[in-house]
Amino acid sequence: MADQRTAKRSARGSKPAAAKKTPAKASGPDKDESLELYRAMLLIRRFEEKAGQLYGMGLIGGFCHLYIGQEAVVTGIQSVMEDDDKVVTGYRCHGHMLACGMDPKGVMAELTGRIDGYSRGKGGSMHMFSTEKNFFGGHGIVGAQVPIGAGLGFSCKYQENGNVCATYFGEGAANQGQVYEAFNMAALWKLPVVFVIENNRYGMGTSVQRAAANSSALYARGDAFGIPGLQVDGMDVLAVREGAAKAVEHARSGEGPFILEAQTYRYRGHSMSDPAKYRTKEEVQDMRSKHDPIEQMRAFLVKKKFADDEDLKAIDKDIKARVNEAAEFAQTSPEPDPSELWTDVRVEA
Amino acid sequence: MPTQITMPALSPTMEEGTLAKWLVKEGDTVSAGDVIAEIETDKATMEVEAVDEGRLGKILVGEGTEGVAVNTPIALLLDEGEDESALNGAASAPAPQEAKAEAPAEEEPAPSQESPGVAPDSDPLGTPMKRIAAESDPTPPEGTAWNKVVLRDALRDAMAEEMRRDEKVYLMGEEVAEYQGAYKVSRDLLEEFGAKRVVDTPITEHGFAGLAVGAAMAGLRPIVEFMTWNFAMQAMDQIINSAAKTRYMSGGQMGCPIVFRGPNGAAARVAAQHSQDYSAWYGNIPGLTVLAPYDAADAKGLLKAAIRNPNPVIFLEHELLYGDEGEVPDWEDWVLPIGKARIRREGDGVTLVAHSRMVKFAMEAAEGLSGLGVEAEVIDLRSIRPLDSDTVVESVKKTNRLVCCEEGWGPMGVGAEIAARVVAEAFDYLDAPPARVHQADVPLPYAANLEALSLPGTADIVRAAKAVCYLD
Repeated sequence: MADQRTAKRSARGSKPAAAKKTPAKASGPDKDESLELYRAMLLIRRFEEKAGQLYGMGLIGGFCHLYIGQEAVVTGIQSVMEDDDKVVTGYRCHGHMLACGMDPKGVMAELTGRIDGYSRGKGGSMHMFSTEKNFFGGHGIVGAQVPIGAGLGFSCKYQENGNVCATYFGEGAANQGQVYEAFNMAALWKLPVVFVIENNRYGMGTSVQRAAANSSALYARGDAFGIPGLQVDGMDVLAVREGAAKAVEHARSGEGPFILEAQTYRYRGHSMSDPAKYRTKEEVQDMRSKHDPIEQMRAFLVKKKFADDEDLKAIDKDIKARVNEAAEFAQTSPEPDPSELWTDVRVEA
Repeated sequence: MPTQITMPALSPTMEEGTLAKWLVKEGDTVSAGDVIAEIETDKATMEVEAVDEGRLGKILVGEGTEGVAVNTPIALLLDEGEDESALNGAASAPAPQEAKAEAPAEEEPAPSQESPGVAPDSDPLGTPMKRIAAESDPTPPEGTAWNKVVLRDALRDAMAEEMRRDEKVYLMGEEVAEYQGAYKVSRDLLEEFGAKRVVDTPITEHGFAGLAVGAAMAGLRPIVEFMTWNFAMQAMDQIINSAAKTRYMSGGQMGCPIVFRGPNGAAARVAAQHSQDYSAWYGNIPGLTVLAPYDAADAKGLLKAAIRNPNPVIFLEHELLYGDEGEVPDWEDWVLPIGKARIRREGDGVTLVAHSRMVKFAMEAAEGLSGLGVEAEVIDLRSIRPLDSDTVVESVKKTNRLVCCEEGWGPMGVGAEIAARVVAEAFDYLDAPPARVHQADVPLPYAANLEALSLPGTADIVRAAKAVCYLD
């Protein structure tokens, strides 16, 4: 994945025709920002590991799609978003919720199906929302969140509030028809939307090469609609952040949508029940050892002297404590009262 | 022999029209393809082109004549070599084929003449149909005028009033803006509210339904028009998985206040893919509210209620009712309660339950049954979900007999649901098993005779009612 260091722009998106490279990371975030990116990714990693553990203990049921390996994508993008900006994604959504500032306790309690979960235990892993944090799900149907994200962008434009919507979906969803219907309308109406393709290389067990035509350039999928695109190394939070800044700026400026393809990798199976036999152990190991987003950031912090081992240990300890607290909370929160079965179906006018 | 130019049918549902303007005069020579007249249909003003060549011998129907039935001769075209003398015989000659026997009479070919083959279908039972107000409905202040309004305009008025009231309400769909609505339901809205709030979409139901769902989640109040509900099958996932389930899945935190509306059910001769009743489909989904009004007043009052409602609402209109006129109160607060049926006719002999266009047939059947000594009670459901089974059950306790009428297919249908509820709640009151009237269990055929055989109508309801009354 060495070539992913090079940001690629689709033809339509590049204003000067010359191929653009992501500028050197010298102009990257300062110490506080860097530490925050590290913390945010680590929180997702530890949270997901804990969720996997609780799943193994039978405390979490159903489908559970872990985000381990992809942390840099949502972390980098959310780091350049504003509080009132909107976010929507698919079912691999725990990381997005944490990156939006949702409380790990509420997310974990939803995973265990308890009353203190974000959806009072009625939504589960794939269906959580926070109007307070402008997180609009958590959608279980592949691709459905893409028109919804365009609609969230439509609302921003309609209300002239200057906000944008980050609409996340995988490279599998990128082949869905409704995605292109959404691209068309978003471009036609210049909606402030950043479409983020999280290309983790496998749509369940099917590699992107086996599912998508011209699979090395998903960022160019908006070419027909005149939507500019950019491909970034999704394992490098600084590269993601930099690409996201361009994408968000474009959308916010009134120029319409932008497609950001982040090339990333999920370490775990598609869901907890997936043995992931469609790829080699070596492939996974290679990604983990050479491209891990958290290790890369850790090295960056040390190199930049933003943190030493002691600092990093302290962060680690702090995050572990938060996750343990969430896990504890999620196990002690009661199950929903049986009366909850009948509430929230529809409200009386 | 002069060639007759007849009133053309310019849409699948057109039965008559207004001859708005002649663009040629008697004596003019016309060629095939020349525009000779403008005709106003219930949907639009259309140009009529000459099909044959010749000289316009006589105009039979003058400009501005309303209610000219399809196939009425409107002019005579003289063929080459013919002169005016040929007109004498022609004007009184029996019209060929479809023209009604009485059509061209001796002296005046009478455009306004009633042609018995064309049903005067808007008011089969005599207008105004006496409105029996539902107890649940609001009462307009004393002195409120009840104006005659066609149903499509009642829907438009409902949208316009709600858009004036709430800036967050907007309309989107195919042809809703510049074209003024495929069925003219959104006529004049673009002029008043502008392109920001009356949004023409590409022909991508899946995408724009999902987009509107997102807008609703963010707090807007979209009205999504489907050109017909048949096309909404492409959007089904967004309607059910995204709109209907969100409130529950979010533990009540987030809703999806949206109205999906458009014509539902069979139109005229548009065959299987364009003729389907989705009442039962959407009625099956928790989280949705499903409304299907019959007359203009209910259409307006329920659409206003739907737009104000915080839940996703499926609003099923009927193309064949759009032109029907009804009395609507001139009152901005005409917002009807959701989930309340209306008794349209009282009786103690049999309960006929119907919704949307089937109400018309149930009312006709009730008149027929009255002649047989059976006074039917006709219940217009108005709402499929929630379903006002209390009103039905109370009626059956009085009549002891039930006929469920719906335009859609029977299996797993609205009638099946009502029958099940009545059997569960009023079993001991029933003197006969509930009967169901519904469409034949086949895709809707095109051929006129087969289409008529397939769709349920007045005679089917009378037959079913007689059966549950053990008549003949």
